[in-house]
Amino acid sequence: MVWGKRRARCLRKESDAVELVCPAGSLAALEAAVDHGADWVYCGLRDDTNARNFPGLNFDDAALAAGIAYAHRRGRRVALAVNTYPQAANWGRSTAALDRAAAAGADAAIVADPALLHYARAVHPRLELHLSVQGSATSYEALEFFRERFGVRRAVLPRVLSLAQVEQVARSTRVEIEVFGFGGLCVMTEGRCSLSGWVCGVSPNVAGACSPAQAVRWRETRAGLEARLAAVLVDRYAPGERAAYPTVCKGRYQVAGEVYHAFEEPVSLNTLELLPRFAAIGVRAVKIEGRQRSAAYVAQVTRVWREALDALAREGARFAVRAEWKAALARHAEGSQCTLGAFSRPWK
Amino acid sequence: MKLALGPLLYYWPRARVLDFYEEVARSAADIVYLGEVVCARRHELAFEDWLAIGARLAACGKEVVLCALALSESEGDLKLLRRVTDQNPFRVEANDWGAVRRLAGREGWVIGPHLPVYNPRTLALLHGLGARRWVAPFEATRETVVGALAAQPPELEAEVFAWGRLPLAHSARCFTARRFGLQKESCEYRCLGFPDGLPLATREGEPLLVLNGVQTQSAAYYCLAADLPALASAGVGILRLSPQSEGALRALELWRDACKGALDGRRARDELAALAPAPLANGFWHGRAGGVLA
Repeated sequence: MVWGKRRARCLRKESDAVELVCPAGSLAALEAAVDHGADWVYCGLRDDTNARNFPGLNFDDAALAAGIAYAHRRGRRVALAVNTYPQAANWGRSTAALDRAAAAGADAAIVADPALLHYARAVHPRLELHLSVQGSATSYEALEFFRERFGVRRAVLPRVLSLAQVEQVARSTRVEIEVFGFGGLCVMTEGRCSLSGWVCGVSPNVAGACSPAQAVRWRETRAGLEARLAAVLVDRYAPGERAAYPTVCKGRYQVAGEVYHAFEEPVSLNTLELLPRFAAIGVRAVKIEGRQRSAAYVAQVTRVWREALDALAREGARFAVRAEWKAALARHAEGSQCTLGAFSRPWK
Repeated sequence: MKLALGPLLYYWPRARVLDFYEEVARSAADIVYLGEVVCARRHELAFEDWLAIGARLAACGKEVVLCALALSESEGDLKLLRRVTDQNPFRVEANDWGAVRRLAGREGWVIGPHLPVYNPRTLALLHGLGARRWVAPFEATRETVVGALAAQPPELEAEVFAWGRLPLAHSARCFTARRFGLQKESCEYRCLGFPDGLPLATREGEPLLVLNGVQTQSAAYYCLAADLPALASAGVGILRLSPQSEGALRALELWRDACKGALDGRRARDELAALAPAPLANGFWHGRAGGVLA
């Protein structure tokens, strides 16, 4: 069955089919993504050179080489995320990450920092460059800057644009457009958010992590279960309420006399129903969030999205989201709830 | 040390903005940043109004810089961006890579604090494209600044956000509108009712953030007054003070005195604290959580 799928994919590659880009925080997750139909798998090294710098996660050189070999044998590609913003003191670690990506035979690097893009292009010209969502490019003017200056081929758009805006961007640039399809939802423009750094001193841009587990405190009190990030009370749950991981942008706060989710509820992005629109407006790839999630998550979510993309290729305009896909994805959504996020204008 | 008044981040009625900049013309500011950075829907002032304010301030001896939006989403946003980057009288502060593309090759533009420029190589690359001033990202530590400035040409100036509520994040969603059950596109311009933003507190009542439309700010006032010697020795030549509805001019005077040495940094911090309706913080500069006062 896997072989049959692979052949189908080989045929699709020559067309403009939307590619499926899946996360891997371990070799097992990478293999699961490949086995269940990812066109691309993206991963990171075990340090602060990528935006999922969590203990126990990510790849060393041996695992990276093994993962790339596994993917290549099956005709799939691997991208290494080197997408934090290095400073003078740790610059060498990021260039080394790009060297390691090239040495291991990665197909692409996902990068945000302009000087790192410049380095990759100069030293590893065969490494395809994808602009990370951390690069915060939200307009075709910004995308063209990265294409003209550094030869960026593909860019992941921050989760701030409506569908109409994505279409406008895709029409006006030669950079391939990748959008987030499923998973954790950043409410703020990626690459510009200092909320975690403000509260706990660890930020995605610099340290490669948002709201790290070591800063999270859970405590049962008479008022309910408290979830804190450093000293800040992000939320408090009454008995029976479903508790969410305390990121600043998903907390409940008081504003002008009301207590509510001031930014966003603990929900996940799910854009399955938008797939036909994505294809129509020229989106080149859909990305699944979740390098921090288990291999089982990667397997199940990849399988659903593969089925959906294959159905889209077969059915075209008759494509409809199946109830079993929705149910399978809902099991992995934050708070079991899904949103279209900024793709839907009313969200804004 | 030069003092810069940062762009007005809130939405004030037109007359209030004009009155404010009349006072700024007579203030201790050396540099004044103008224009709309936060939300393109705000229209109390037209683009031409900002140019007129800029001309008035320039005639009073201020260096004027026109700021581009922090977050461009729509074709309309890009039109505004082009008007900002294509005007001649004033230098431009770029706050996203689209603006950098428009400005590349022209000499004198400013790398705004919303651009994630953290290392010497990216800084040198942008200097090569004509940038002549770097406003460090809000999260910058002293080590970030020292490291980024090592071996840069002397004409590249460094500026650090030293006073005011820190803009911590931007979103496609308007959180002020959300509070009132509205969407961004039909927001009724509710920001006009909150000249210093809409305060947000934790469920324990601790002030945490301030909602300013699509921008989220710290509730605490970032204040580097006690860090003046460290700023100077790091190579910082300009301090950015962010305007609030009350006390902005008085803050400029206190900072002027502190920079001249007429007021000790810690004294200045105490006097500034009296102007702030919130606690002070300086954590980022010290490599700690931003909200901490070191």
